[in-house]
Amino acid sequence: MSALSSKHLLGIKDISKKDIQLIFKTAENFKEVINRPIKKVPSLRDITIANIFFENSTRTKISFELAEKRLSADIVNFNSGTSSVNKGETLIDTVNNILAMKVDMVVMRHPAPGAAKFLSKHIDANIINAGDGTHEHPTQALLDAYTLTEKLGNLSRKNILIVGDIIHSRVALSNIHCLQKLGANVRVCGPPNLIPNHIESLGVEVSYDLKESLNWCDAANLLRIQLERQDDKYFPSLREYSLQYGINQEILNQLDKDIIIMHPGPINRGVEITSQVADSYNSVILNQVENGVAIRMAILYLLSSN
Amino acid sequence: MKKVILEYKHVELIITRIAHQLVENHGSFENTAILALQPRGTFFGKILAQKIKSLFEIDIHYGELDTTFYRDDFRRNNKQLIPNEVNIDFNIEDKNIVLVDDVLYTGRSIRAALDAINAYGRPKSVELVTLINRKYNREVPIQPNYTGEDIDTRANDYVKVDWKDDQCRVWIITDKEK
Repeated sequence: MSALSSKHLLGIKDISKKDIQLIFKTAENFKEVINRPIKKVPSLRDITIANIFFENSTRTKISFELAEKRLSADIVNFNSGTSSVNKGETLIDTVNNILAMKVDMVVMRHPAPGAAKFLSKHIDANIINAGDGTHEHPTQALLDAYTLTEKLGNLSRKNILIVGDIIHSRVALSNIHCLQKLGANVRVCGPPNLIPNHIESLGVEVSYDLKESLNWCDAANLLRIQLERQDDKYFPSLREYSLQYGINQEILNQLDKDIIIMHPGPINRGVEITSQVADSYNSVILNQVENGVAIRMAILYLLSSN
Repeated sequence: MKKVILEYKHVELIITRIAHQLVENHGSFENTAILALQPRGTFFGKILAQKIKSLFEIDIHYGELDTTFYRDDFRRNNKQLIPNEVNIDFNIEDKNIVLVDDVLYTGRSIRAALDAINAYGRPKSVELVTLINRKYNREVPIQPNYTGEDIDTRANDYVKVDWKDDQCRVWIITDKEK
């Protein structure tokens, strides 16, 4: 294990199992760093990072900012809502202008799938994809898988279930790639019209039976219904979705075993997950958030020297 | 050319000598901790701590410190710097810290270690133990308090500290043959 195979982190699809293991090993060290009295190391003190967010974000943005600050990088934040994008500037022009101010790395979230890859072909800086439309969200997948390895050990042959709005979810696609590279069995479960056609071709199982799937899995990752991406009505009401695919304590009590409950956030309490489950012993939602900073520190650290 | 400069028995004597010197200066080790530098200093550090414990029947704080994130050559060569584990299960604040490393060469690792220690607290004092002191290659003004052996080397020599089953032999390799 020596260095990442790529200069950018555009998606999990493009990186290898070795890369994932190197990121996890490095994240372990950073997890120790963020639990010290002084949670800051000077590694990236000569690096400037631009966080460019064309879409709303709370967790990912704060997590990236904290990771960058704890590595001593200088940062500039850019939100499309308050920028010249509203005046008609193109993506490349916007980013090139930021880079002209001597920025070394770009963390970008964009509503268009492939935006990060497009950018990586046109500009000379390390690009980290913080979510591109319904395509990929690699850092989320890495922190999810890292959290799972902390709880389950080696993920080889472990059964991981992803529940909910698969078709609109970049988290689902990145998770599928990441978990499969680590040897896990992945199954998706949700209403038929929220599961993409031909998803089986990725090597995942499909089920519409939530209870049977929960009994099958070691961990379940619950996804939010992405109303902002749904230009059509996919189900009659959130209440009906919740009755069919929401997870509550009663369902979990009926299972033969304890399973780990994950959620990438933001949680819609009472829709895909009840408060009781979200705050329960089985839930690792806040561990995911803590690990998110360590994973992002590892990625920034490894990419910056590539 | 490859030459052994310290044999097993000699290293054993050195470790016993340094153990005595440390106890002479730090007494019961009540407020002193040994902090070995990852990765290579930990072999020496563990054995030195063990020696003090067995010779004087005292309990001492022993930890392992990694300096990777504080190094000044990050992004300055082609090699990716991969961090190692940190194991410090005691409070550094106001303790006398004895840093342990196997070879003192340019002094830059120790400089990084001094930065790294501060992330855990403010020690009362910091001392340095090194098994081998390569005298003429320092790049920063750092000197050891306790030395196993001072040696004269050229910049392109290589000093190899070989630990096997808690025993150690030190080689010097000249003419860049590594």
